[in-house]
Amino acid sequence: MKLHCPHCGPRSVEEFRHGEIPRVPDHLTDPAQRDLDRVWNRTNPQGPTTEAWFHEQGCHRWFHHERDTS
Amino acid sequence: MNEQVEDEITLRWADEPKAAYDVVIIGGGGHGLATAYYLATRHGITNVAVVERNWIGSGNSGRNTTIIRSNYGIPASVRFYQRSVELYAGLEAETGRSVMHQRKGLLWIHHSETGIRAERARAHLNQAMGVETEFVGPEEIKAIVPEIDLSGGGRFPVMGASHHLPAATARHDRVVWAFAEGAAAQGVDILQHTTVTGIRTAGGGSGAGRVTGVETDRGFIAAGTVLSATAGHTTTITDMVGLRIPIRTHQLQALVTNQYRGQGGRAFHPIVASAELAFYVSQTARGQMLMGAEWERQPSYSYRSGSEFLRSCTAKAITLLPFLRDLRVLRQWTGVCDISPDSSPIMGLTPVDGFLVTTGWGTWGFKGIPAGGEALAELIATGRTPALIAPFGLDRFARDRILADAGSAGTQ
Repeated sequence: MKLHCPHCGPRSVEEFRHGEIPRVPDHLTDPAQRDLDRVWNRTNPQGPTTEAWFHEQGCHRWFHHERDTS
Repeated sequence: MNEQVEDEITLRWADEPKAAYDVVIIGGGGHGLATAYYLATRHGITNVAVVERNWIGSGNSGRNTTIIRSNYGIPASVRFYQRSVELYAGLEAETGRSVMHQRKGLLWIHHSETGIRAERARAHLNQAMGVETEFVGPEEIKAIVPEIDLSGGGRFPVMGASHHLPAATARHDRVVWAFAEGAAAQGVDILQHTTVTGIRTAGGGSGAGRVTGVETDRGFIAAGTVLSATAGHTTTITDMVGLRIPIRTHQLQALVTNQYRGQGGRAFHPIVASAELAFYVSQTARGQMLMGAEWERQPSYSYRSGSEFLRSCTAKAITLLPFLRDLRVLRQWTGVCDISPDSSPIMGLTPVDGFLVTTGWGTWGFKGIPAGGEALAELIATGRTPALIAPFGLDRFARDRILADAGSAGTQ
């Protein structure tokens, strides 16, 4: 059995996985609608930067800390 | 292998930049110079400038721990790094320069059942792809490294390792100079102490435009193709064209001890790495023990070294190799690395026409120098991305083709 992929054309059904109904929202599955910048890109500042730190081996709490990355 | 060979290097330095080049490469490290070398020697493209802010090899090319290997855990990486292993092995013959290449073999040691399973899988994948990686047990490890404490200080028992036979080291600044001299001999201009301050683009409209050249502190240099080959500062360059890429800058530190000789003056031959300890060590040609560990978690562009690394790295070292306790740390230093989200490099085209990147080399860039340079030179010369580096494109993130292989990066 062949299934028509809108990107690759007709392909064997073995290449696909059946999605459940209701399917996940378009902004998660459609690359054109996903915010790739938010998913992958990070600012990489050189200079004074405010960051979040977690005191893992202490009080187990988050706090903001200003650090110079240059 | 004699240090006097340095005296024989006669590099033709460019006096002043020309007004225009076909290709401008930003960053005079291994990757930039190798790309220039292969552009000139394989494709006859010699109207090329390599622009370097400091002196060639002053960045990560002069700060790494010089390990060359291809024992990766995903096929795309095994293929790519194996090409690099081959090019490195032939580099002295090709360039006519000694780079002190020495095949040593690498033991990648594990201390847990899960680690052993992962390592067996990696050895099988390597063998299936024609790479010599064998799984070895504690007795074989002891035979290769008699100095090892198989109990791992009682806390990290040595349970097995993969023995990656083609692993090698080469003198890093010799590699930089071999490529630089080979490129310059063909007419490539190497512009040291020249800082790129901006990148000019034209057009745009709906797209991201086309690159027309670079602004430097020695004036504008026109170019149809610009390659960013910096380490640690890739985002400084990509910011100039308004391109956001998934790279963050982190420190990696290393240290060397004074000279070690084993019984009967024997050298410490193999490269030894521990996965769970995140630690690796090899011996330099001078007999110093050269070691490193993990990259620092918090982003930083600083070259400052820290006492935390000195303490944690040496503690790991003596856990596995107690003889290191009797040596002295001579020197410790820091490089700043471009770390990508999937611990794999990013090579090739970008949305800006004529602007290419080679980045994400993180803590594993030295081993990729020849294959990266060769493939990028082919891409620049032909306009087509070679199959060897197609999986490593910047577009892989949008295509959900992530090359997650942090376990093979060695420094995690």
